[in-house]
Amino acid sequence: MTKPMDQISWQEIEAGAVITEPGNASCYHTGTWRSQRPNYDSSVCIRCWRCFVMCPDAAISPDFQKNIFVWNYDYCKGCGICAYECPVKAITMEED
Amino acid sequence: MKGPESPQYGRLLRPGNTNCGGCGMSVAFQMFRRSIGETNVQLVIPACCAAVAAGGFPFSAYEAPVLLSTFASAASTASGMSQVARLNCEDTRVVCWAGDGGTYDIGLASLSGAAERNEDILFVCYDNEIYGNTGGQRSSATPAGAGASNITKGKIEPKKDIIGIMAAHGIPYAATVSLANPDDARRKFERSINGKGFRFLLILAPCPTGWKSDPSMTIELVRLAVRSGLFPVIEVENGNRWTINIDPDFSRADLERYLSLQRRFRKSEINPDDMGKAIDLQWGKLRTLAS
Repeated sequence: MTKPMDQISWQEIEAGAVITEPGNASCYHTGTWRSQRPNYDSSVCIRCWRCFVMCPDAAISPDFQKNIFVWNYDYCKGCGICAYECPVKAITMEED
Repeated sequence: MKGPESPQYGRLLRPGNTNCGGCGMSVAFQMFRRSIGETNVQLVIPACCAAVAAGGFPFSAYEAPVLLSTFASAASTASGMSQVARLNCEDTRVVCWAGDGGTYDIGLASLSGAAERNEDILFVCYDNEIYGNTGGQRSSATPAGAGASNITKGKIEPKKDIIGIMAAHGIPYAATVSLANPDDARRKFERSINGKGFRFLLILAPCPTGWKSDPSMTIELVRLAVRSGLFPVIEVENGNRWTINIDPDFSRADLERYLSLQRRFRKSEINPDDMGKAIDLQWGKLRTLAS
């Protein structure tokens, strides 16, 4: 796992400042930026997948066993696009 | 709960990226990577929000090979990479993911050169209509009437017609993509990633920070821009076959709602009537070209 900038010495940096570990920014949990949390009601949801398509951070994933959608609150930035785009208002934003 | 290593996050923009909440470019990236599926891509990203979104060194939110280039050299860097891929007989596709500053203004010279040589690259311009990551200065993509951090009142000059410029190069494929119409967007992404020669895509990507709009209105703003005729959803093949994909209803109410949802139009004296005239003029030209 790559260490943050203040914990590495210059000898550990790759030549050309190449980042060798792909996608390592995932250790940064952007969910802490959130001030509002989407609240999902599966009984109202019509499974149109609109929230899944429109989510900027792909924080919404389908759970095929339970036939519901699951929010990953580690990365959900609380923008509210899913709540606005939901045609049946199955998603509501509440204070986090 | 699925972690970020799950395949649903794909190999392009990973979670942990530092885009603002409700970023239109993020939505475009997610739609793009779902459309291209398992295609091998190499990204060239000039200085823009997509470069900043990767996070601070030594972290990167991208899992595909990415080359960060300067503003002016995005298309020329991508030309070199596509030539190398061709010489090595690789099936990788080179994608340039540039903002409007790197396309309309600073990157225009190398973009024009690559288009003229018909290099085998896909150039995607996500248009947030300002220099987003440097503090929201005006670019030549900023529409008339919109404010920016370095102009006191609204901009006077109209927006540059980049699709017209690209079509004039006679490139195989140029299109505009609306995020509010995912079906149309998916078709265009699939077609452009699998095409040959120079392909150009223009995406209207609302920027909640720069447009001073609510983050939840990102997709709604694109929808209103498409419906009111401000953002024509078109495609151009070989520079001469123009097709209008979505017919707007030129609704005055949609245009007013588009303006009222953003605070960047507050300081200028632009009114919907003037904008309506500009839209009519633009669509008169488009209909002539498409007929």
